[in-house]
Amino acid sequence: MGLRGEAAIVGIAEWKPERRPTAPPMFTLEQWAQLTREALDDAGIDPSEVDGICATNIRESDSFVPSTITEYLGMQVNFAEVVDLGGASCAAMVWRAAAAIELGLCNVVVIAAPSWPSPRPPNPPSGPSSWRYGASSANYGSPQAEFDIPYGNVAQNCGYAQIAMKYGAEYGYDPEALAKIAVDQRVSANHNPAAVFHQTPITIEDVLNSPMIADPIHMLEIVMPCSGGAAIVVAGKDVARRSKHRPAWISGFGERVLHKTPTYAEDLLSTALIPAADQAFDMAGRSREEVDLISVYDCYTITVLMTIEDAGFCPRGAGQPFVREHDLSFKGDFPCNTHGGQLGFGQAGLAGGMSHITEGARQVMRRAEDHQVPDADVAFITGNGGLMSEQVALILEGD
Amino acid sequence: MVDQSNQVSSRPLPTPIPRSQPFWDGLRERKVRIQYSPSSDQWVFYPRSHAPLTLADDLEWRDISGEGTLYTYTIARRPTAPDFAGEEPQIIAVIELHEGPRLTSTLVNVDEDQIAVGMRVKPVFEVLPGTETTLLRYEPAT
Repeated sequence: MGLRGEAAIVGIAEWKPERRPTAPPMFTLEQWAQLTREALDDAGIDPSEVDGICATNIRESDSFVPSTITEYLGMQVNFAEVVDLGGASCAAMVWRAAAAIELGLCNVVVIAAPSWPSPRPPNPPSGPSSWRYGASSANYGSPQAEFDIPYGNVAQNCGYAQIAMKYGAEYGYDPEALAKIAVDQRVSANHNPAAVFHQTPITIEDVLNSPMIADPIHMLEIVMPCSGGAAIVVAGKDVARRSKHRPAWISGFGERVLHKTPTYAEDLLSTALIPAADQAFDMAGRSREEVDLISVYDCYTITVLMTIEDAGFCPRGAGQPFVREHDLSFKGDFPCNTHGGQLGFGQAGLAGGMSHITEGARQVMRRAEDHQVPDADVAFITGNGGLMSEQVALILEGD
Repeated sequence: MVDQSNQVSSRPLPTPIPRSQPFWDGLRERKVRIQYSPSSDQWVFYPRSHAPLTLADDLEWRDISGEGTLYTYTIARRPTAPDFAGEEPQIIAVIELHEGPRLTSTLVNVDEDQIAVGMRVKPVFEVLPGTETTLLRYEPAT
């Protein structure tokens, strides 16, 4: 079962995340056009060759998203997909694109995550924004609206803090080990000019002295919201061979979706990544030992800790000593989020999730410059949506 | 009459749907009433049309004690949404009922250093003045 590894990431566009955007707002469709152009230019592929797109939501239309985009871009495609898996969306789009290519449906798929601010309408509608309760839906009939939001249980800080608290009750909690994840990733960010925290080193003390937001999570253990945007081009074997760079072949994936709200998890400490990672490694025929770097979703430090465990790099419950014993920076013995992670690079909406893919691909393409892991050939990537409950694992490989 | 105090009027209130009305009616009677599926011998929360996994449509309402244990929690030092400004710290809890299902609540009548995952807890019925709503909060069971 699975991919043959005959589709690859061949082009990347990524805008530098900014806390206060210095360029004017752009409509999502305009961002799609610009990002697509940049990613195709990077690969050396002509726009006329695109025959598939994968999208998430766009501001200009609540439905008919793919056809709205193809019409705007003037493209005609054989594969048109919308993915709605939160922070797992971009990773989920990558395997869908690879699968469509291997099935022979298409040859060149563009995946974009436009996350730059859009212009405000001249007469904005009144009423609370739909994102008032984060990812929790306040719509009539939504279980969250009726049973979670009234108690203040609103995604995302609250849920991740509850997960971290449960982890601590089960395995013990080592705040310094958790803080070290943010510190090691910051070292990589300090070597990545595109990172929002490129100029700012931090220490474990800085993390532990930053304000407690929701026990046991400190402010510096939480991603910084930014504006940005990213796109990649996934292409089949023949196109990949004539593209400009060393292709990053997509050799394995796994996906698992459980619940929306942690309250209703079967077991809060048994994440959806466990089966997803096993499937990805089995499909690629790779062992954990063969992985040169991991590029894993890091909305919070606890997310990274549980990802290292549940992906099988150490036993469950042993992540804290593992983190203490390894250097997670790009120059370390267990490179993890070598672009700085979203904790160091910045979280530009769904482009934050894409940054784990662009970084994994850049490393395998040997294009990571100042933060390149020497001889990187195999990258393990995750996307995480909701609250550890929507998980996608990917394996990228060089030739 | 609508309560004018900030504490209550700014909170997002639940809007019961017809399916879940017996749960909210139960709270107003100071009872915890949840669904049970005889065919799969499982208790269910939140209220649904079909039992999870088996999709049996034999769910019936039963009164339970509402007691349980603290599965996990957090203490939010910053409001989790603008509507909860001024209510921090919010002790947002996941309660595991003795029957098995879990629900979202908050802990009241408790000191922060008293809170421990696994502790036994019991219901507190909070009537929201000026509304039809009673919320199900929890306190330590002594």
